[in-house]
Amino acid sequence: MHIHISPKNGVPLYLQIVNQVKYLVASGVLKSGDEILPIRGLAEKLLINPNTVARAYRELETAGILVKRLGAGTYVSAEGSPLAWSERLKILGERATGLLTEAHQLGVPVEQLIELIQKRSQELAWNETEGSKHE
Amino acid sequence: MSERTVADHETVAEVEGLTRRFGRTTLALDNVSLRVPKGSVFGLVGENGAGKTTLIKHLLGQYKPQSGTVRVFGESPIEAPEKVLAGIGYLSEDHDLPGWMRIDELINYTQAFYPDWDDTYAEHLLKTFELQPEAKIKTLSRGQRAQAGLLTALAHRPPLLLLDEPSAGLDAVVRRDILGAVIRTVADEGRTVLFSSHLLDEVERVADYIAMISKGKLVLCDSLDAIKAKHHSLTLHVEQPWTKPPTVPGALAVTGGGRDWTVVTDGRIEEARTAIRTLGATILEETTPSLEDIFVARSGRRSILEEG
Repeated sequence: MHIHISPKNGVPLYLQIVNQVKYLVASGVLKSGDEILPIRGLAEKLLINPNTVARAYRELETAGILVKRLGAGTYVSAEGSPLAWSERLKILGERATGLLTEAHQLGVPVEQLIELIQKRSQELAWNETEGSKHE
Repeated sequence: MSERTVADHETVAEVEGLTRRFGRTTLALDNVSLRVPKGSVFGLVGENGAGKTTLIKHLLGQYKPQSGTVRVFGESPIEAPEKVLAGIGYLSEDHDLPGWMRIDELINYTQAFYPDWDDTYAEHLLKTFELQPEAKIKTLSRGQRAQAGLLTALAHRPPLLLLDEPSAGLDAVVRRDILGAVIRTVADEGRTVLFSSHLLDEVERVADYIAMISKGKLVLCDSLDAIKAKHHSLTLHVEQPWTKPPTVPGALAVTGGGRDWTVVTDGRIEEARTAIRTLGATILEETTPSLEDIFVARSGRRSILEEG
Protein backbone atom coordinates (compact mmCIF):
# COMPACT_ATOMS: atom_id res chain seq x y z
CA MET A 1 0.00 0.00 0.00
CA HIS A 2 1.78 3.09 -1.24
CA ILE A 3 0.57 6.19 0.61
CA HIS A 4 2.37 9.49 0.51
CA ILE A 5 1.78 12.05 3.26
CA SER A 6 2.64 15.70 2.92
CA PRO A 7 2.07 17.88 6.02
CA LYS A 8 3.06 20.98 4.02
CA ASN A 9 0.12 20.97 1.61
CA GLY A 10 -2.39 21.82 4.35
CA VAL A 11 -4.92 19.02 3.72
CA PRO A 12 -5.56 17.30 7.09
CA LEU A 13 -3.43 14.14 7.22
CA TYR A 14 -6.35 11.79 7.95
CA LEU A 15 -8.04 13.10 4.80
CA GLN A 16 -4.90 12.50 2.74
CA ILE A 17 -5.03 8.83 3.84
CA VAL A 18 -8.79 8.55 3.19
CA ASN A 19 -8.47 9.97 -0.33
CA GLN A 20 -5.48 7.86 -1.26
CA VAL A 21 -7.02 4.61 0.00
CA LYS A 22 -10.18 5.48 -1.95
CA TYR A 23 -8.11 5.99 -5.09
CA LEU A 24 -6.12 2.79 -4.53
CA VAL A 25 -9.41 0.90 -4.28
CA ALA A 26 -10.97 2.81 -7.20
CA SER A 27 -8.02 1.96 -9.42
CA GLY A 28 -8.01 -1.70 -8.40
CA VAL A 29 -4.52 -1.58 -6.83
CA LEU A 30 -6.24 -2.55 -3.57
CA LYS A 31 -8.77 -5.32 -4.16
CA SER A 32 -11.79 -6.53 -2.23
CA GLY A 33 -10.57 -8.82 0.57
CA ASP A 34 -7.04 -7.38 0.68
CA GLU A 35 -5.79 -6.88 4.23
CA ILE A 36 -4.46 -3.41 4.97
CA LEU A 37 -1.78 -2.47 7.50
CA PRO A 38 -2.90 -2.27 11.12
CA ILE A 39 -3.22 1.24 12.58
CA ARG A 40 0.07 1.09 14.45
CA GLY A 41 1.92 -0.36 11.47
CA LEU A 42 0.80 2.37 9.08
CA ALA A 43 1.46 5.06 11.73
CA GLU A 44 5.04 3.86 12.16
CA LYS A 45 5.55 3.54 8.42
CA LEU A 46 4.27 7.04 7.63
CA LEU A 47 5.64 8.53 10.89
CA ILE A 48 2.31 10.01 11.90
CA ASN A 49 0.10 9.88 14.98
CA PRO A 50 -1.78 6.54 15.34
CA ASN A 51 -4.91 8.55 16.24
CA THR A 52 -4.80 10.06 12.75
CA VAL A 53 -4.63 6.65 11.09
CA ALA A 54 -7.43 5.38 13.36
CA ARG A 55 -9.60 8.33 12.31
CA ALA A 56 -8.92 7.70 8.61
CA TYR A 57 -9.81 4.00 8.99
CA ARG A 58 -13.02 4.90 10.84
CA GLU A 59 -14.04 7.22 7.98
CA LEU A 60 -13.24 4.53 5.43
CA GLU A 61 -15.30 1.99 7.40
CA THR A 62 -18.24 4.41 7.56
CA ALA A 63 -17.92 4.93 3.81
CA GLY A 64 -18.10 1.15 3.36
CA ILE A 65 -14.64 0.88 1.82
CA LEU A 66 -12.98 -0.97 4.68
CA VAL A 67 -14.34 -3.58 7.07
CA LYS A 68 -12.88 -4.52 10.40
CA ARG A 69 -12.99 -8.19 11.38
CA LEU A 70 -12.95 -8.41 15.13
CA GLY A 71 -9.44 -9.16 16.33
CA ALA A 72 -8.36 -10.16 12.84
CA GLY A 73 -7.38 -7.00 11.06
CA THR A 74 -8.91 -4.58 8.58
CA TYR A 75 -9.79 -5.47 5.00
CA VAL A 76 -11.01 -3.87 1.79
CA SER A 77 -14.75 -4.55 1.73
CA ALA A 78 -16.68 -6.35 -0.99
CA GLU A 79 -18.43 -3.09 -1.92
CA GLY A 80 -15.13 -1.31 -2.46
CA SER A 81 -15.16 -2.08 -6.16
CA PRO A 82 -12.94 -0.39 -8.73
CA LEU A 83 -14.32 2.65 -10.51
CA ALA A 84 -14.85 2.54 -14.24
CA TRP A 85 -11.95 3.81 -16.34
CA SER A 86 -14.01 6.84 -17.38
CA GLU A 87 -14.62 7.72 -13.70
CA ARG A 88 -10.91 7.57 -12.94
CA LEU A 89 -10.16 9.88 -15.86
CA LYS A 90 -12.87 12.23 -14.63
CA ILE A 91 -11.24 12.50 -11.17
CA LEU A 92 -7.86 13.22 -12.72
CA GLY A 93 -9.40 15.61 -15.24
CA GLU A 94 -10.54 17.85 -12.40
CA ARG A 95 -7.09 17.79 -10.86
CA ALA A 96 -5.53 18.57 -14.24
CA THR A 97 -7.72 21.66 -14.62
CA GLY A 98 -6.51 22.93 -11.26
CA LEU A 99 -2.89 22.23 -12.13
CA LEU A 100 -3.15 23.93 -15.53
CA THR A 101 -4.77 26.98 -13.94
CA GLU A 102 -1.95 27.29 -11.43
CA ALA A 103 0.69 26.77 -14.13
CA HIS A 104 -0.95 29.50 -16.22
CA GLN A 105 -1.01 31.91 -13.27
CA LEU A 106 2.62 31.19 -12.52
CA GLY A 107 3.53 31.69 -16.16
CA VAL A 108 4.75 28.11 -16.66
CA PRO A 109 4.13 26.80 -20.20
CA VAL A 110 2.30 23.46 -20.64
CA GLU A 111 5.37 21.81 -22.19
CA GLN A 112 7.41 22.49 -19.08
CA LEU A 113 4.59 21.30 -16.82
CA ILE A 114 4.52 17.97 -18.73
CA GLU A 115 8.29 17.72 -18.39
CA LEU A 116 7.98 18.34 -14.66
CA ILE A 117 5.31 15.63 -14.32
CA GLN A 118 7.50 13.12 -16.14
CA LYS A 119 10.49 14.00 -13.99
CA ARG A 120 8.49 13.65 -10.77
CA SER A 121 7.05 10.35 -11.99
CA GLN A 122 10.55 8.96 -12.44
CA GLU A 123 11.57 10.21 -9.00
CA LEU A 124 8.60 8.53 -7.35
CA ALA A 125 9.40 5.38 -9.37
CA TRP A 126 6.05 3.67 -9.11
CA ASN A 127 5.87 0.20 -10.52
CA GLU A 128 5.21 0.65 -14.25
CA THR A 129 3.12 -2.50 -14.63
CA GLU A 130 0.93 -1.47 -11.73
CA GLY A 131 0.42 2.01 -13.17
CA SER A 132 -0.53 0.88 -16.66
CA LYS A 133 -2.91 -1.89 -15.62
CA HIS A 134 -6.50 -1.22 -16.68
CA GLU A 135 -9.50 -2.96 -18.09
CA MET B 1 -4.24 -1.71 19.20
CA SER B 2 -7.60 -0.75 20.60
CA GLU B 3 -9.12 2.52 19.52
CA ARG B 4 -8.50 5.51 21.67
CA THR B 5 -10.38 8.74 21.83
CA VAL B 6 -8.57 11.71 23.21
CA ALA B 7 -11.51 13.95 24.04
CA ASP B 8 -12.66 12.36 27.29
CA HIS B 9 -9.25 11.52 28.70
CA GLU B 10 -8.03 12.59 32.08
CA THR B 11 -5.28 15.14 32.52
CA VAL B 12 -1.60 14.22 32.84
CA ALA B 13 -0.17 17.70 33.27
CA GLU B 14 -1.82 21.00 34.01
CA VAL B 15 -0.52 24.53 34.24
CA GLU B 16 -2.71 27.31 35.62
CA GLY B 17 -1.91 31.03 35.44
CA LEU B 18 1.84 30.37 35.34
CA THR B 19 4.03 33.47 35.26
CA ARG B 20 7.82 33.55 35.35
CA ARG B 21 10.17 36.50 35.30
CA PHE B 22 13.91 36.46 34.89
CA GLY B 23 15.32 39.62 36.40
CA ARG B 24 13.15 42.71 36.26
CA THR B 25 12.50 43.02 32.60
CA THR B 26 12.23 39.56 31.05
CA LEU B 27 8.79 38.02 31.23
CA ALA B 28 9.49 34.43 30.14
CA LEU B 29 5.98 33.14 30.84
CA ASP B 30 2.96 35.39 31.12
CA ASN B 31 -0.14 33.88 32.74
CA VAL B 32 0.00 30.59 30.83
CA SER B 33 -2.74 27.99 31.38
CA LEU B 34 -2.93 24.67 29.57
CA ARG B 35 -3.91 21.05 30.06
CA VAL B 36 -2.19 17.99 28.58
CA PRO B 37 -4.72 15.15 28.13
CA LYS B 38 -3.62 11.60 28.88
CA GLY B 39 -2.85 9.48 25.84
CA SER B 40 -2.19 12.43 23.56
CA VAL B 41 0.77 13.91 21.75
CA PHE B 42 1.02 17.54 22.79
CA GLY B 43 3.15 19.84 20.63
CA LEU B 44 4.61 23.03 22.03
CA VAL B 45 5.57 25.47 19.29
CA GLY B 46 7.01 28.96 19.23
CA GLU B 47 10.07 30.89 18.18
CA ASN B 48 13.38 30.53 19.99
CA GLY B 49 13.14 32.23 23.35
CA ALA B 50 9.32 32.11 23.37
CA GLY B 51 9.25 30.30 26.72
CA LYS B 52 8.92 26.64 25.69
CA THR B 53 11.94 25.39 27.65
CA THR B 54 10.96 27.49 30.68
CA LEU B 55 7.54 25.83 30.66
CA ILE B 56 9.04 22.33 30.38
CA LYS B 57 11.45 23.05 33.25
CA HIS B 58 8.47 23.96 35.44
CA LEU B 59 6.90 20.58 34.69
CA LEU B 60 10.14 18.93 35.80
CA GLY B 61 10.32 20.98 38.98
CA GLN B 62 13.57 22.61 37.88
CA TYR B 63 11.82 25.97 38.27
CA LYS B 64 9.43 26.89 41.04
CA PRO B 65 6.33 28.82 39.90
CA GLN B 66 6.57 32.50 40.89
CA SER B 67 2.83 32.67 40.49
CA GLY B 68 0.31 30.11 39.30
CA THR B 69 0.29 26.35 39.74
CA VAL B 70 1.87 23.34 38.03
CA ARG B 71 0.54 19.80 38.40
CA VAL B 72 1.94 16.62 36.88
CA PHE B 73 0.07 13.36 37.60
CA GLY B 74 -1.96 15.52 39.99
CA GLU B 75 1.12 16.43 42.08
CA SER B 76 3.31 19.50 42.40
CA PRO B 77 6.75 18.73 40.94
CA ILE B 78 8.27 20.90 43.69
CA GLU B 79 6.46 19.25 46.62
CA ALA B 80 6.49 15.65 45.34
CA PRO B 81 9.49 15.45 42.98
CA GLU B 82 10.02 11.72 43.49
CA LYS B 83 6.46 10.88 42.40
CA VAL B 84 6.57 13.20 39.41
CA LEU B 85 10.07 12.45 38.14
CA ALA B 86 9.60 8.67 38.41
CA GLY B 87 6.93 8.94 35.73
CA ILE B 88 8.76 11.20 33.28
CA GLY B 89 11.22 10.36 30.54
CA TYR B 90 13.04 13.56 29.63
CA LEU B 91 15.33 14.55 26.79
CA SER B 92 16.78 18.03 27.19
CA GLU B 93 17.38 20.45 24.36
CA ASP B 94 21.16 20.24 24.54
CA HIS B 95 21.22 16.48 25.30
CA ASP B 96 23.39 17.22 28.35
CA LEU B 97 24.78 13.87 29.42
CA PRO B 98 27.93 13.32 31.49
CA GLY B 99 30.70 13.31 28.88
CA TRP B 100 33.12 11.13 30.85
CA MET B 101 30.69 8.19 31.07
CA ARG B 102 30.56 5.31 28.65
CA ILE B 103 27.15 4.44 27.20
CA ASP B 104 26.88 1.24 29.27
CA GLU B 105 27.80 3.25 32.39
CA LEU B 106 25.13 5.81 31.54
CA ILE B 107 22.60 3.00 31.20
CA ASN B 108 23.57 1.48 34.58
CA TYR B 109 23.52 4.89 36.21
CA THR B 110 20.10 5.88 34.85
CA GLN B 111 18.63 2.46 35.57
CA ALA B 112 19.31 2.94 39.29
CA PHE B 113 16.73 5.73 39.41
CA TYR B 114 13.89 3.78 37.83
CA PRO B 115 12.39 0.57 39.29
CA ASP B 116 10.46 0.04 36.04
CA TRP B 117 13.60 -0.01 33.88
CA ASP B 118 13.19 -2.50 31.03
CA ASP B 119 16.53 -4.19 30.23
CA THR B 120 15.26 -5.94 27.13
CA TYR B 121 13.88 -2.70 25.72
CA ALA B 122 17.11 -0.82 26.52
CA GLU B 123 19.08 -3.53 24.72
CA HIS B 124 16.72 -3.34 21.76
CA LEU B 125 17.10 0.45 21.52
CA LEU B 126 20.89 0.17 21.78
CA LYS B 127 20.89 -2.15 18.75
CA THR B 128 18.34 -0.11 16.78
CA PHE B 129 20.39 3.06 17.28
CA GLU B 130 23.64 1.17 16.55
CA LEU B 131 25.30 2.58 19.66
CA GLN B 132 28.54 1.02 21.01
CA PRO B 133 28.15 0.30 24.77
CA GLU B 134 31.84 1.02 25.46
CA ALA B 135 31.88 4.37 23.60
CA LYS B 136 32.51 7.46 25.76
CA ILE B 137 29.71 10.02 25.56
CA LYS B 138 32.09 12.88 24.82
CA THR B 139 33.24 11.09 21.66
CA LEU B 140 29.68 10.74 20.28
CA SER B 141 28.25 12.80 17.43
CA ARG B 142 25.32 15.11 18.16
CA GLY B 143 22.95 12.54 16.66
CA GLN B 144 24.37 9.68 18.73
CA ARG B 145 24.15 11.79 21.87
CA ALA B 146 20.47 12.44 21.11
CA GLN B 147 19.94 8.69 20.61
CA ALA B 148 21.69 7.86 23.92
CA GLY B 149 19.54 10.48 25.67
CA LEU B 150 16.42 9.10 24.01
CA LEU B 151 17.32 5.58 25.14
CA THR B 152 17.57 6.61 28.79
CA ALA B 153 14.32 8.60 28.48
CA LEU B 154 12.42 5.66 26.96
CA ALA B 155 13.77 2.51 28.65
CA HIS B 156 11.77 2.86 31.86
CA ARG B 157 8.60 3.16 29.73
CA PRO B 158 7.51 6.42 31.37
CA PRO B 159 3.82 7.43 31.37
CA LEU B 160 4.95 10.91 30.24
CA LEU B 161 7.69 11.52 27.68
CA LEU B 162 9.00 15.11 27.68
CA LEU B 163 11.16 16.10 24.73
CA ASP B 164 12.58 19.61 24.46
CA GLU B 165 13.43 20.46 20.83
CA PRO B 166 14.50 16.85 20.26
CA SER B 167 15.13 17.26 16.52
CA ALA B 168 17.09 20.52 16.58
CA GLY B 169 20.26 20.24 14.54
CA LEU B 170 19.87 16.52 13.81
CA ASP B 171 19.99 14.70 10.49
CA ALA B 172 16.95 13.01 8.92
CA VAL B 173 17.80 9.51 10.19
CA VAL B 174 17.92 10.51 13.86
CA ARG B 175 14.83 12.70 13.43
CA ARG B 176 13.00 9.59 12.18
CA ASP B 177 14.16 7.69 15.31
CA ILE B 178 12.72 10.43 17.47
CA LEU B 179 9.37 10.60 15.64
CA GLY B 180 9.23 6.79 15.75
CA ALA B 181 9.73 6.91 19.53
CA VAL B 182 6.93 9.45 19.89
CA ILE B 183 4.57 7.31 17.81
CA ARG B 184 5.39 4.06 19.60
CA THR B 185 5.01 5.74 23.00
CA VAL B 186 1.56 7.10 22.28
CA ALA B 187 0.49 3.86 20.57
CA ASP B 188 0.85 2.23 23.99
CA GLU B 189 -2.39 2.66 25.87
CA GLY B 190 -2.50 5.72 28.11
CA ARG B 191 1.04 7.04 27.59
CA THR B 192 1.51 10.72 26.79
CA VAL B 193 4.11 12.74 24.92
CA LEU B 194 4.79 16.45 25.29
CA PHE B 195 7.41 17.86 22.96
CA SER B 196 8.55 21.26 21.81
CA SER B 197 9.74 21.84 18.30
CA HIS B 198 10.24 24.49 15.68
CA LEU B 199 9.93 21.88 12.89
CA LEU B 200 6.26 22.45 12.22
CA ASP B 201 5.77 19.72 9.64
CA GLU B 202 6.99 17.21 12.24
CA VAL B 203 4.59 18.66 14.79
CA GLU B 204 1.75 18.46 12.27
CA ARG B 205 2.59 14.78 11.64
CA VAL B 206 2.34 13.61 15.23
CA ALA B 207 0.52 16.11 17.46
CA ASP B 208 -3.07 15.76 18.71
CA TYR B 209 -2.88 19.09 20.55
CA ILE B 210 -0.89 22.24 19.89
CA ALA B 211 0.07 25.11 22.15
CA MET B 212 1.64 28.08 20.41
CA ILE B 213 3.69 30.40 22.62
CA SER B 214 4.91 33.81 21.61
CA LYS B 215 6.97 36.05 23.90
CA GLY B 216 5.81 34.10 26.94
CA LYS B 217 2.10 34.31 26.07
CA LEU B 218 -0.09 31.45 24.99
CA VAL B 219 -1.51 32.60 21.64
CA LEU B 220 -3.21 29.39 20.56
CA CYS B 221 -4.05 26.17 22.39
CA ASP B 222 -6.39 23.58 20.92
CA SER B 223 -6.58 20.25 19.14
CA LEU B 224 -4.77 20.24 15.80
CA ASP B 225 -8.08 19.37 14.10
CA ALA B 226 -9.81 22.39 15.62
CA ILE B 227 -6.92 24.67 14.71
CA LYS B 228 -6.94 23.45 11.12
CA ALA B 229 -10.73 23.77 10.88
CA LYS B 230 -10.66 27.33 12.16
CA HIS B 231 -8.01 28.75 9.82
CA HIS B 232 -8.52 29.39 6.12
CA SER B 233 -6.23 30.45 3.36
CA LEU B 234 -7.89 32.45 0.56
CA THR B 235 -6.28 33.16 -2.80
CA LEU B 236 -7.64 36.36 -4.36
CA HIS B 237 -7.48 37.97 -7.75
CA VAL B 238 -8.42 41.54 -8.67
CA GLU B 239 -8.69 43.06 -12.14
CA GLN B 240 -7.40 46.46 -11.00
CA PRO B 241 -4.13 46.05 -9.05
CA TRP B 242 -4.20 47.02 -5.38
CA THR B 243 -1.36 49.18 -4.13
CA LYS B 244 -1.79 48.18 -0.49
CA PRO B 245 -3.08 45.08 1.30
CA PRO B 246 -6.87 44.97 1.79
CA THR B 247 -8.49 45.01 5.21
CA VAL B 248 -10.28 41.69 5.74
CA PRO B 249 -12.10 40.71 8.98
CA GLY B 250 -10.29 37.95 10.85
CA ALA B 251 -7.19 38.25 8.67
CA LEU B 252 -3.97 37.21 10.42
CA ALA B 253 -1.78 37.90 7.42
CA VAL B 254 -2.16 39.32 3.94
CA THR B 255 0.60 38.65 1.43
CA GLY B 256 1.06 39.23 -2.27
CA GLY B 257 0.79 42.32 -4.41
CA GLY B 258 -0.78 43.81 -7.54
CA ARG B 259 -3.59 41.58 -8.78
CA ASP B 260 -2.81 38.49 -6.66
CA TRP B 261 -3.14 38.23 -2.90
CA THR B 262 -3.32 35.53 -0.25
CA VAL B 263 -5.19 36.01 3.02
CA VAL B 264 -4.90 33.71 6.03
CA THR B 265 -7.87 34.12 8.37
CA ASP B 266 -8.73 32.98 11.85
CA GLY B 267 -12.42 32.00 11.79
CA ARG B 268 -15.00 34.60 10.65
CA ILE B 269 -14.82 33.03 7.20
CA GLU B 270 -18.27 34.24 6.08
CA GLU B 271 -17.43 37.84 7.01
CA ALA B 272 -14.10 37.55 5.22
CA ARG B 273 -15.72 36.21 2.03
CA THR B 274 -18.29 39.02 2.03
CA ALA B 275 -15.64 41.69 2.61
CA ILE B 276 -13.47 40.32 -0.21
CA ARG B 277 -16.36 40.31 -2.67
CA THR B 278 -17.38 43.82 -1.61
CA LEU B 279 -13.83 44.95 -2.43
CA GLY B 280 -14.36 43.58 -5.93
CA ALA B 281 -11.96 40.64 -5.71
CA THR B 282 -12.56 37.07 -6.86
CA ILE B 283 -11.74 34.18 -4.51
CA LEU B 284 -9.80 31.75 -6.70
CA GLU B 285 -9.20 29.16 -4.04
CA GLU B 286 -9.97 28.38 -0.40
CA THR B 287 -7.69 25.91 1.33
CA THR B 288 -6.73 24.72 4.78
CA PRO B 289 -3.35 26.21 5.64
CA SER B 290 -0.59 24.02 7.01
CA LEU B 291 0.48 24.51 10.62
CA GLU B 292 3.55 26.28 9.27
CA ASP B 293 1.38 28.73 7.27
CA ILE B 294 -0.70 29.39 10.39
CA PHE B 295 2.39 29.90 12.51
CA VAL B 296 3.98 32.31 10.03
CA ALA B 297 0.68 34.21 9.67
CA ARG B 298 0.37 34.51 13.46
CA SER B 299 3.96 35.50 14.06
CA GLY B 300 3.12 38.65 12.08
CA ARG B 301 6.32 38.57 10.07
CA ARG B 302 6.71 38.30 6.35
CA SER B 303 8.78 35.42 5.14
CA ILE B 304 12.26 36.12 3.86
CA LEU B 305 11.17 35.25 0.32
CA GLU B 306 8.70 38.10 0.18
CA GLU B 307 10.96 40.78 1.58
CA GLY B 308 13.15 41.18 -1.51
